[in-house]
Amino acid sequence: MSLLVAKDIAIHFGGVKAVDGVSFSVEEGEVFAIIGPNGAGKSTIFNLISRIYPLTHGKISFDGKDITRLKAHDIAQLGIARTFQNIELFDHSTVLQNMLMGRHTHSRTSFVENILFTPKVRQQERDHRKRVEEMIEFLELEAYRNKMIAGLPYGVRKVVEIGRALAIGPKMILLDEPASGLSVEESQEVAFWIEDMRRDMGLTVLMVEHDMGLVSAVADRVLAVANGRMLAEGTAAEVQADPHVQAAYLGTAPAGEPA
Amino acid sequence: MELLQLLFSGIANGCIYGLVALGFVLIYKSSEGVNFAQGDMMMLGAFIALGLGNSAQMGLPFGIAIIGAMIIMYGVGWGVERVFVRQLFGQPQFALVILTIAMGFIFRFIAGSIWGYTPLVFETPFSGMNWNFGGVILSAADLITILVTAVLTLALWFFFARTKTGLAAQAASQNQMAAYIVGVPVIRLNSLIWGLSGVVATVAGVLYATKGAIDPNIGLLGIKAFAAAVIGGMGSLPGALLGGLLIGIIEPIAGRYAPGELAQMSPYIIMLIVLITRPGGLFSQIHAKKV
Amino acid sequence: MRIIFKTSYDKDIDIHEHWGKRGAILVLLAFMAVLPFFAGEYYLAEATNTLIWALAGMGLMLLVGHTGQVSLGHAAFLAIGAYTEVALMNIGWPFLIAFPVAGIFTGIFGALIAIPAVRMSGIYLAIATLAVFVIVEELIILLEPITGGVGGLFAPSITIAGISFDRYADLSNLYWLVLLIVALVTWGYANLMRSPTGRSFLAVRDSEVSARALGINVTRTRALAFGLSTGVTGLAGALMGHYIGFFNYELFSIFISINLLLVVTIGGLGSIQGAFLGAILITAVPQLIAIFRDWANATVGINIGSIPGLDTMIFSGVLIAFIIYEPLGLYGRWLKTRTWFELFPLARRDMFRRQKSYLKTERTK
Repeated sequence: MSLLVAKDIAIHFGGVKAVDGVSFSVEEGEVFAIIGPNGAGKSTIFNLISRIYPLTHGKISFDGKDITRLKAHDIAQLGIARTFQNIELFDHSTVLQNMLMGRHTHSRTSFVENILFTPKVRQQERDHRKRVEEMIEFLELEAYRNKMIAGLPYGVRKVVEIGRALAIGPKMILLDEPASGLSVEESQEVAFWIEDMRRDMGLTVLMVEHDMGLVSAVADRVLAVANGRMLAEGTAAEVQADPHVQAAYLGTAPAGEPA
Repeated sequence: MELLQLLFSGIANGCIYGLVALGFVLIYKSSEGVNFAQGDMMMLGAFIALGLGNSAQMGLPFGIAIIGAMIIMYGVGWGVERVFVRQLFGQPQFALVILTIAMGFIFRFIAGSIWGYTPLVFETPFSGMNWNFGGVILSAADLITILVTAVLTLALWFFFARTKTGLAAQAASQNQMAAYIVGVPVIRLNSLIWGLSGVVATVAGVLYATKGAIDPNIGLLGIKAFAAAVIGGMGSLPGALLGGLLIGIIEPIAGRYAPGELAQMSPYIIMLIVLITRPGGLFSQIHAKKV
Repeated sequence: MRIIFKTSYDKDIDIHEHWGKRGAILVLLAFMAVLPFFAGEYYLAEATNTLIWALAGMGLMLLVGHTGQVSLGHAAFLAIGAYTEVALMNIGWPFLIAFPVAGIFTGIFGALIAIPAVRMSGIYLAIATLAVFVIVEELIILLEPITGGVGGLFAPSITIAGISFDRYADLSNLYWLVLLIVALVTWGYANLMRSPTGRSFLAVRDSEVSARALGINVTRTRALAFGLSTGVTGLAGALMGHYIGFFNYELFSIFISINLLLVVTIGGLGSIQGAFLGAILITAVPQLIAIFRDWANATVGINIGSIPGLDTMIFSGVLIAFIIYEPLGLYGRWLKTRTWFELFPLARRDMFRRQKSYLKTERTK
């Protein structure tokens, strides 16, 4: 059974059909990429999955459970973590604190216990820290552990955001343009991490990406969207060869179809 | 008949709330913050007009005194932006709230030091004039208030919808960065808007002063006007005016039919209800943040 | 410059990273504890007042500094705390029960207000709290049987286990009581900030959307922050009532709300220390102005006491200067100075330069 199934999902903002009748399913342990030109609705699909936007119609299920009506803050609990296109970190906290915030769903202490800082809270803090340190080591962020986000370079922030998502301990991670704004070396690094996430952590990766080099390197399957509609699905090579996809990127309609 | 009377004076009061609320909205649109000194700017404008016009003070003709006050208050608004507000560039909204609260105290201190804390009456050519229409008394002050508000609103609408500067200001209020990139002098426009809100505040202050005595604490009316602006949905000029009218009308009617404290509370209760049911105000212009 | 080698995660989990800092706090506490033995009545009263302001300041700091929610109506919660506590004591409850109950009651009231208010953000929330303030003020006048209406009421003096904590007869005892309460609240506050709850407050402050994505229930977190903030403010209100002795609704004016905002802004947003520094400043400045006034009167012969509103004017000036030149407040200034000394002579001027950018707008289209 597929891990994530999106069935005929759509969202309309007034008359604008940002996403219209998109269906796909992501298998467990797979790297699935969504590509498409700017404004195609890729990030919107992410926002639908993470319940930031309400669906106009359609259904999304994760791990056999219907998540269409869940609240945004219930999603992490199920094991779906995400990053954001424009980096949404907590700017006035350190890297370590940011990643500890990723452990929120695993906190089992009430605010009263927190205020009294009972031994249970301390033990929980140690456990959180241990998990976070694993992520710091994995992403080689040791040097930045106690640095404020506000002063970090763009590339590092992107990595911290991935780390924070991983700290949730998810089953699936949604990466919104993980390589945008990164140098060639940095995006190669991202490719390795995605491989490792899948292989060592057993994660399912769903990503939106422009960099076709990265997509071809890591993605098992690719879905191409344009104007909120599905164009093609298949391996990276198949999708790239698809005439509809080429037309969408070049801005012309393929022969025999109205524009 | 009594209701009609209440309604009429309510509308006149509402116009003043509406004008102060307009000032709030102007600044909210340009600086994306709330000018908590708006009420005090109204007070200062009224006092400057009084200082220029009253026979015991400068004794200038009525019209010249008012125009003079408007020019001076344009300068005050412009100067506040130039000297203080501009420094807060890039700081959170909260900073502007604190800054303007402090400015309000300073305006109150200035007015108190110059004109004292005992109420003064602004001499107008039409003070005491009124007409009786079958039991409903229409005072000249109330009529003029309504007229002037209508004219000023039209003028502002014309400015924002039809002039190049006004359109540029609109653009800047929607997206400062984009406006800046296409060549709108965002920073200079902000000074202009602050000056303009000083002028609107002066008009409101003068109209207020035609209806009774003024003292340095009348600026507290700003809080009520602020409720009006919120009810209208901070970003909307016509909304602010309608919010002002709503509060102006409800207040005397609630005062007539409900206990005094409840009437005092009525603008705020309405505001809370609006905020809870429509967090962006009745004429909402707020959209969810894009990620 | 001191370098600390951390050998276990506990070093990071502890409130203070080394014994030097812990020692400094202990010395400060010890000094505060022995203050009544050598400070005169006047200064002891001022110290008590400062501690109460610091407590109220911590209440607001939690909300403004750590959760990013502005409240312009915190005077209302001071009032609710004060009136509830006095009302409970008047029906015969002992202080030890009435005091925490007043705090909890205020906190629940605050949290209940927050639940509809959480849909609003930024400036709208500030406005809603202002409305709540006006409504509470009018309610105090309306509920005359409990609150004494316009006339006001007496706060009964505190007695615990036969020991009197009366404001006038046993000021030292009251001071110690306040000191103990403030110390406990500070400790709880520091604990909160190093725990998941405190982190969720920071998360909501800095990015709501990613807080949600991490599984943080923003509505509940904000309501909790509101409840804790108003609860602590309510406690401060109760103490303020006992400190003043006789009060009516005018004690909790809008100016108190603004003074509280001053405490947290001037002190330094987002730091517990800031609440204390701000409280010291706000209680010291009127005294300094009074001293200066006497001095000016005696030496130059200028009677500036005759200018009404001068205190507020000076306050406003200080506030504007801080907002423009030192938005991080006194605590930020202290951190900078300390770093400068630690790095001496290597500190550079631009190290703390602020980045200025176009507004990160809150009403994106």
